Amino acid sequence: MQFLFKTAYNDDIRFLAKTGEKVRVAIVVLFLLAAPLFLQDYYLAELGLLLVYAIAGVGLMLLTGHTGQVSFGHAGFLGIGAYAHSVLLAHGLPFIVSIFASAALAGLVGMALGRSASKMHGFYLAIATLAFGILIETLFGEWSSVTGGHMGLAVPSLQVFGMSLTEVWQQYYVDLFFALIVIAGAANLFRSPTGRSFVAVRDSELSARCLGVNVEWVKIQAFGISAAITGLAGALLAHHLTYLAPDVFGVLESLKLLLMIVVGGLGTILGAILGAIVISLLPVGISFLKGVLPAGIGQTAGLEPLLFGLIIVLVIIFEPAGLYGRWMKIRFFFETFPYYRKSSFVRQKTYLKTDRMR
Amino acid sequence: MSAPQRLSVENLSIEFGGVHAVEDVSFDVEPGETFAIIGPNGAGKSTIFNLISRLYQPTSGSIHYGEQDLLRLPAHKVVYTGIGRTFQNIELFEQATVLQNLLVGRHAHMRRNPFSDFLFWPGVRKSEIEHRAKVEDIIDLLEIAQYRDERIADLPYGARKNVELARALCAEPSLLLLDEPASGLNNEETDDISFYLEDVKHDLGITLVMVEHDMNLVGQVADRVMAINDGRLLAIGSPDEVRENPDVQRAYLGVTE
Ligand SMILES: Nc1ncnc2c1ncn2[C@@H]1O[C@H](COP(=O)(O)OP(=O)(O)OP(=O)(O)O)[C@@H](O)[C@H]1O
Ligand SMILES: [Mg+2]
Repeated sequence: MQFLFKTAYNDDIRFLAKTGEKVRVAIVVLFLLAAPLFLQDYYLAELGLLLVYAIAGVGLMLLTGHTGQVSFGHAGFLGIGAYAHSVLLAHGLPFIVSIFASAALAGLVGMALGRSASKMHGFYLAIATLAFGILIETLFGEWSSVTGGHMGLAVPSLQVFGMSLTEVWQQYYVDLFFALIVIAGAANLFRSPTGRSFVAVRDSELSARCLGVNVEWVKIQAFGISAAITGLAGALLAHHLTYLAPDVFGVLESLKLLLMIVVGGLGTILGAILGAIVISLLPVGISFLKGVLPAGIGQTAGLEPLLFGLIIVLVIIFEPAGLYGRWMKIRFFFETFPYYRKSSFVRQKTYLKTDRMR
Repeated sequence: MSAPQRLSVENLSIEFGGVHAVEDVSFDVEPGETFAIIGPNGAGKSTIFNLISRLYQPTSGSIHYGEQDLLRLPAHKVVYTGIGRTFQNIELFEQATVLQNLLVGRHAHMRRNPFSDFLFWPGVRKSEIEHRAKVEDIIDLLEIAQYRDERIADLPYGARKNVELARALCAEPSLLLLDEPASGLNNEETDDISFYLEDVKHDLGITLVMVEHDMNLVGQVADRVMAINDGRLLAIGSPDEVRENPDVQRAYLGVTE
């Protein structure tokens, strides 16, 4: 038995070890590749947007879900990516150069934020990132010579390698291309030392440090990678928005990104994707609710933020592991049928961890 | 693995807001020896470990491992000198699997580059497999194969103690600081631990420094014992000498009776 295991390290390292998983992922990828064949433009555009949010979600997930550093200002990076990309395109840079430069810029700003945030925990980190988000939003509004200020900024049309990609399906494939790269890359990170050091910092800074992990540097890296991926999503988002205004990248957008990963399930890449699906379906659900509810309630301003908040609270109370956790339970139920027991997922015991040092 | 060195601690002191948690403590640990630190609750045993690990900054004194002046290093560099450790309250990566925990134990020996990791270049795969083989050796040594893919949060207490020891060993230390390796374990598990520690000592030739309350375990594995109380050194010597020492007996009676 030992021997069997030892010949199979390579299998362990594959991120889709089980045949079932391979099949499921293959079906989803095939569906995404074929979507333009059977989806109307409206839905295809929505699906493209969903992919963009999935990218942003993966970005925030790396930082908050995997490294344990909460960010209430991630819309700032989305905005940096969007604005930088639009400005660079307008200056005549090719799409490929511009999108990577925008992601890199967001990444550098993320590293700078990470550097100041690397010694902060909990509440202070939340406030610092929130302040950062507000600062960036203000900057977009005030720096009008570059960003167009509150008047907004038109996003140049999508052109890749000199080809004009103005059809919805063309833009969709650009989104899909980047989404697949980011998701595969993120999955790669977590089967290699970099991703493991993120998780180590999340779960115990103390022992990570004693095993040689430079905790401050890991946080700076996590902020940088997370911001770069979110910035990339921002650049793609710009093409969906076609017109950028500062308030698009405000606190509510940051909350939306957080909602996404919390609902999806913190600490898993699949969670970020599930969260993006929820976020994309939410407006549909809300407009449905508006029709059903009595006019007095249905028309109330602020129904959306209220629902966002309500969903976060309900998820945290009833399914802290998010949709991903629910999915694992359902799968476990079928895999072990008829032996499923609720207690399988109950923690055996919780042990006290010292709070004296972090 | 680098060869074990002598650990020498001289006139070490630390204060927390006027409380002298460790006061003017000096001792040497010879390469290959098993050294135990005993003392009543709050004596300053864990604090000594935290000072050696550089988690705390001493108010005065010096710590050397071989030629290396530890006080010149930040905490995350200590493991590179060959010093590993475990924690009194178990500090594992709770939401990760045993295997992932042990691979983090290899961190100091791994090259890391976010870009090549993101792309999972062939070199990364090769290195993963090499380090995985090292981890498997430790898994065999401590017989924790059945837990390999379990999340820490799902493990019983005794298994966690073993996994934490395993993770420390994955760093291939030449000296290991063990903070109460047997606390919270039943008799059978304690016997297992003493058995594993003997293995570790003989197979890997690691110097062991342990804080332990279980005097039987100390008597079984320790070559020398140091007793401290209220941050001050009471006695150093063989387990029997220290047990017979009147100061030590008084310290224990004064606290436990
Ligand atoms: N970070 C800290 N801040 C303030 N006081 C501390 C800190 N760490 C330790 N102390 C104090 O130092 C003294 C020694 O603590 P230490 O944890 O070293 O005791 P110990 O010998 O390990 O005891 P035990 O057997 O209970 O583990 C205690 O009085 C403790 O309150
Ligand atoms: Mg202690």
